[in-house]
Amino acid sequence: MRFLPYVVAAWLLLVGLYGIVTSRNLVHAIICLSVAQSSTYILLLSVGFRRGGTAPIFLDVPVGTRAVDPVVGALTLTDIVVGATVSALLLALAVQAHKHHGTLDPERLKPERD
Amino acid sequence: MDLLPALPVVLPLLVAAALVGLAPVCPRPVADAAAVATAAVVTVTCLALLAISLDGSVVYWFGGWTPRDGIALGAAFAVDPVGAALATLAGVLATAALTFSWRIFEAVRTLHHGLMLVFLAGLVGFCLSGDLFNMFVFYELFSVAAYALAGYQTTNPGSVRGALNFAITNSVGAILVLAGIALLYGRTGALNLAQLGQTLAPGPPDRLVMVAFLLLTVGFFVKAAVVPFHFWLADAYALAPTVVGVLFAGVVSELGLYAVARVYWTVFSGPMAGVEGLRGVMLLGAVTTALVGGVMCLLQHHLARMLAYATVSHVGLTLAGFALLGPAGVGGAVLYLLADGLVKGSLFITVGIVDHHLHDVDERRLRDRGRHMPWAAALMVAGALGLAGVPPFGTFLGKALMEEAALEAGTPWLIGLFVVVAALTSAALLRATGRVFRGLGGPSPGGSGGGAGSGAASGAEPGYRDHHRHAHPTQVAPAVLLLAAAVAVGLAPGITGVVETAAARFTDRAGYAAAVLEGVAGPGAGVSHPPVPLAAPAFWAVLSALLGLGLALAALAPQRVPGRLRDGVARVWGPVAATMRGLHDGGIGDSVTWLVVGMAAFGTLLAVVVR
Repeated sequence: MRFLPYVVAAWLLLVGLYGIVTSRNLVHAIICLSVAQSSTYILLLSVGFRRGGTAPIFLDVPVGTRAVDPVVGALTLTDIVVGATVSALLLALAVQAHKHHGTLDPERLKPERD
Repeated sequence: MDLLPALPVVLPLLVAAALVGLAPVCPRPVADAAAVATAAVVTVTCLALLAISLDGSVVYWFGGWTPRDGIALGAAFAVDPVGAALATLAGVLATAALTFSWRIFEAVRTLHHGLMLVFLAGLVGFCLSGDLFNMFVFYELFSVAAYALAGYQTTNPGSVRGALNFAITNSVGAILVLAGIALLYGRTGALNLAQLGQTLAPGPPDRLVMVAFLLLTVGFFVKAAVVPFHFWLADAYALAPTVVGVLFAGVVSELGLYAVARVYWTVFSGPMAGVEGLRGVMLLGAVTTALVGGVMCLLQHHLARMLAYATVSHVGLTLAGFALLGPAGVGGAVLYLLADGLVKGSLFITVGIVDHHLHDVDERRLRDRGRHMPWAAALMVAGALGLAGVPPFGTFLGKALMEEAALEAGTPWLIGLFVVVAALTSAALLRATGRVFRGLGGPSPGGSGGGAGSGAASGAEPGYRDHHRHAHPTQVAPAVLLLAAAVAVGLAPGITGVVETAAARFTDRAGYAAAVLEGVAGPGAGVSHPPVPLAAPAFWAVLSALLGLGLALAALAPQRVPGRLRDGVARVWGPVAATMRGLHDGGIGDSVTWLVVGMAAFGTLLAVVVR
C-alpha cells in the first residue's frame, strides 16, 4: 500500500504521455497534458504525507502533534496554478487555430515547408 | 543596495502589469519607451550585480527568512558571476529586440510589450534563483510568456502549430523537472540548492537520486533542445515574430544548459563525483546535437529556420564544454554561450530587416533581391564569422578555452567537432548571403518555391508590410551593437582571468553552500592559470571559416566542383539529407515520442555508467 500513490503517479504520467503522442485533436492533447501534469500533484502530496498526521495548522493542537508536510501542499498549489495557466493558454491557441484555420487536427495545421 | 537582486525581476513585472492595464489608453510611443527603458534598467542592474558578485556571491533572502543554524527556510536569490552574466545577456537581447520592434512592428499593441517584459523577468529570475523550486516557477513563467509570443501571429497556421508543439513538449519537460524536484525533496526535505547539495554530499548516489538527476536533466534538456529533445524548436523559433526570435535563439536554449550545469554543480557534484562515465554520456549528447543541428542548418532555405538549427548545433558545442565536467570547460562554455547568444541575436535582427524590406525570408525566392542592401550583407557575413568563432569575436576565446579544456581532459577530438560544426553553420549563412545579396547560384534545381508567383511569404508578418526604402537607425543599430558586444566580450582586458574565477566559483559546491547558508563570501579570486595559448585555436577557427566559405561556394556553384568529388559527395549527402528531412517533418506526437525515447536511452546509459 505504501507504494500505491507512486504507482498511480507513474501511471498518470505514462497514460497522459500516451494520449499526447497518439492524439489527433488539439483539445484532447491539451487535456492529456493536464492528466500528465496531475501526476506531479499526486507525487508531491504522497512525498509529504504522514500516516495519522493532521492538517498542518498548529493553532489549537498540542506541541509535537504529527502533521503532514505543509511545504508540499504549497508546492502543489503553485503547480496547480501553473498547470491552469498553461492549459488556459493552450486552449486559447487551439481556439485561435480553429477560428482562423477551421481545424483542430495538428497535422492539418501545416506550416509552409521549404 | 540590499534590494538590488530583486529589482530586475520585480521592475519588469510591475511595468508589464501597468502596460497591460493601461493598454486601451496608452499611446504606442509611450509604451515603446517604457518597455525599452525597463529592459535597459534591468540590463544595467544585472551588470551591476555581475560586478558586485565578482567579489563574492550576493545572497538575498525574500521576506528576511535567513537561514537558522545553517538550515535554509526561505527562498533566496544567490547571484554568482555566471548567473549574473546570463541575466545581463537576457537584458541586452531584450533591449535590442524592443528597440528593433520600435518602428516596424505596427500590428501589435502594448500587450506584446507586456509579454516581453514578463518573459524577461522570468529569464532573469531563473538565472538568479538559488532555490530549485523557484527555478521551476521562473522556468514556467518565462515559458508561458514564450508560448504566447511564439503563437502571436494566430493567422499563420505554421505559427500556431509551432507554438502548440513548443508549449506541449516543453510542458512535458517541466513536468519531468517538477517530478525530479519532488523526489529530491522527499529524500532531503530541502529545496534550496546549497542545502540539497550539503545533504546529498556524503553518500554515493542511490537509485532515487539518480532518477531525480535523470528527470531534472531531461526536463532542462528539452528547453535546451539537446538532440533528441529538439524537434519542437525549428517551427517555434522560426515562425515566431523576429523580435521574439532574438531572445529565443540568443538566451532561452542556453538557459536550459545553464540549469543542468547549475543543478549538477550545486546538488549532484558531491554524490556523483565518482561516476566516471557521466562525461562520456554527456559528450555523446553534445556531439549528436552539434552534428544534427549543423546538418539541418545547411539543409534550410528559410533564413530564420536556418538560425534555429544553428542554435541547436551551437547548443551542442556549448554542452561539449559543460560535459567536460571541470571548471575550465565550464568557463569556456559560458563565455562561448554569451558571445554566441549576442551573435545570434544580431543575425535574427538582420533577418528581420531583410523580411521587413523584401517581405520574404526564403533564400531561393530572395535570390539577387538584396543587392541594394550591402550593409545587411555585411551584417550577415560578420554574423557568419561570429558563428564560425573567428577572432576577434568572443566566440573565438570561448572556443579556445573549451579546446584547452578538451586537451586537458584527454578528448582532443573535440577540436575536430568544433571545426566541422562551426564550418557547417557558417557555410549555410554564407551561402544564403551569396545568393540573396550577390545573386550567386542558379535557381536551386530541387527548389519548389523559386521564381515569381510565391504570394504567401512564409515568414513575412503583417506588421512588417510597410515600404521603407532605407533602414531606420533603430533597426540597424541594435544588430551592429550586438555584434560589437560580441567582439567586446572577447577583447575585454583580463576577461580570461574573470572567466576562470567565475567558473571556479560556479563549480565550487562547498564555497557556494558556505556563501548561501552561512553568509561567508569565501575566497573569491586567487585562481592563477597560465595564459591560454591562442595560436592553435586561431588556426582552427580560420580553418573552420575557410571550410565554411568553401562549402558555401561549392553549394552555390556545384558545376565548378570536380565531377567525381561532386558525385561522391552527392551519393553520401543525398541519403543523409533525405533521412534528416524526413525525421524533422513530424508534429507534436513525434516530438513527445522522441522525448520519451531520448529519456529512456539517457536513463539506460546512466544506469550502465553508474553500475
